[in-house]
Amino acid sequence: MSAARATSNPLPGFRLGLAYTLFYLGVLVLIPLAACLFKASTLSASQFWGAVWTARARSAYAFTFGASLAAAIVACILGLLIAWVLVRYEFPGKRLMDSLIDLPFALPTAVAGLVYSSLYVENGWLGQFLVPWGIHAAYSRLAVVLVLVFIGLPFVVRTLQPVLESLEAEIEEAAALLGATRRQTFLRVIAPLIFPALVTGFSLSLARGLGEYGSVVFVSGNMPFKTEIAPVLIVNRLEEFAYGEATAIAVVLLAMSFVMLIAINVLERWSKRLYA
Amino acid sequence: MHKSLQLLDVARPATRRYSPREDPALVRWTLTLTAVFVVGLLIVVPVIYVFWQALSVGLRSYADNLWGNSDTRHAILLTLTVAPIAVLANLVFGVAAAWTISRFRFRGRTLLTALVDLPFAVSPVVAGLMLVLIFGMNGYLGPWLREHDIKIIFALPGLILATMFVTLPFVARELTPVMEAIGAEEEIAAVSLGAGGWQIFWRVTLPNIKWGLLYGVVLCNARAMGEYGAVYVVSGHYAGRDDTMPLRVEKLFQQYDMPAAYAVASVLTSLALVTLAAKTLLERKTRMELAEAAAVRNVGGSR
Repeated sequence: MSAARATSNPLPGFRLGLAYTLFYLGVLVLIPLAACLFKASTLSASQFWGAVWTARARSAYAFTFGASLAAAIVACILGLLIAWVLVRYEFPGKRLMDSLIDLPFALPTAVAGLVYSSLYVENGWLGQFLVPWGIHAAYSRLAVVLVLVFIGLPFVVRTLQPVLESLEAEIEEAAALLGATRRQTFLRVIAPLIFPALVTGFSLSLARGLGEYGSVVFVSGNMPFKTEIAPVLIVNRLEEFAYGEATAIAVVLLAMSFVMLIAINVLERWSKRLYA
Repeated sequence: MHKSLQLLDVARPATRRYSPREDPALVRWTLTLTAVFVVGLLIVVPVIYVFWQALSVGLRSYADNLWGNSDTRHAILLTLTVAPIAVLANLVFGVAAAWTISRFRFRGRTLLTALVDLPFAVSPVVAGLMLVLIFGMNGYLGPWLREHDIKIIFALPGLILATMFVTLPFVARELTPVMEAIGAEEEIAAVSLGAGGWQIFWRVTLPNIKWGLLYGVVLCNARAMGEYGAVYVVSGHYAGRDDTMPLRVEKLFQQYDMPAAYAVASVLTSLALVTLAAKTLLERKTRMELAEAAAVRNVGGSR
């Protein structure tokens, strides 16, 4: 990274700031990341493949991705509803509800997992109504999706809110004047404008779901081939002191996250261009 | 602005039923009630449930569950040790990073911004694993550490490092846009008046960004105290030695000691609620901070 200044800024502290930032990032992020990749590279191709492509690992990736995807979709639907209501309507308790949306950000994931695992069991507060209908929302795949919806919801609401607020009244009024019904206005005028933000919220909650560990281990029951997620595999390998195998799976997860990160960046740029 | 809109509403001819932006009452009420139901079910019920379960054994047992058990007591104190250290480290880093990114244009600036955000993209478990690979018994520095009798993994330094990693972006991420929006005019004026670097920071920058900074610290602290995945990997899980509060919750849960698990969880939940309140307050203060800076700029521009 070149330290050449592009502009003649009279402010001091560039060298010190950059040096410290790079030093801190280097020690805490880059060196550990390099160690992880280096460790993975010491494995032979067959060792690496043997660790990351077992039937159990494949089913864990599929479940991690599938549950995160399902949760992100549900979070998008509910998030759009909540953001719409918070921006457009007035009702008592609105500001309290607005603050509460951030709770999943602030609540430790272990607490979320603990509560969600006992609310939906057969004699739990909510499970007593759901289990007789055959809906098992604890220690099942549904449980993982549910808790990931909880975790992902604020990402969607908080990305959509500013965009909904910035929509100008004129465009909807114009649509109405031109004879569009409310439904047509929403689908043809509003939806295309908020779509990029919705996509960003979707990818943020998906990315968060892919890496989530704390809440999921509580609610899933961690059954191999059924409700086991990829981070649990890593922890299992570590507990067997199989560092190489753990690292190999970690590299797969890292690759998945980086692809997501790049996708989010591309999407954000795309949505900004759409607004420009 | 809101006032004038209301006035417009009154001035509108009575024949006009509703504006074209307004949804029919039925739609409005259905959507509002559904949204309230969803938030109630997903967010409010779990919070109430934590306190209900924790206090269902009575206040005396609740207090005993929290403070009577030496392992739980140690977990609370350990979290109160680990989180502040990690937050302080990331506070200094966040200020340095935000200063560099917001005040200067240089090659690799976008890359640096992406690097700051990187820990958010790494699964906490993977973060813990990376530390084990370096500092663990069989890690790259393992033999050297053993020789010098330094313990990092399965000990306090490991917990701190793991917490630092997962909370690294918070302060920098909140502070950079605030500093960009405030602009460098006042600082440049201070330089032209002969102020030194630290003088500018303490007298000009810090007073301008204090609420934004505090906002970042609050978010960082919430995550630091609640982190589970990363510390799970580096902790030795020895009760009374290296269990933080979230790890203690899990251990009590595994031992089917639900009232005690919920007692610890209730402390963490209270912390989350305090964080939310502080967040709401600080968001308003940060907006005021930005409006003030904009006003100063406007006055300067009109001269």
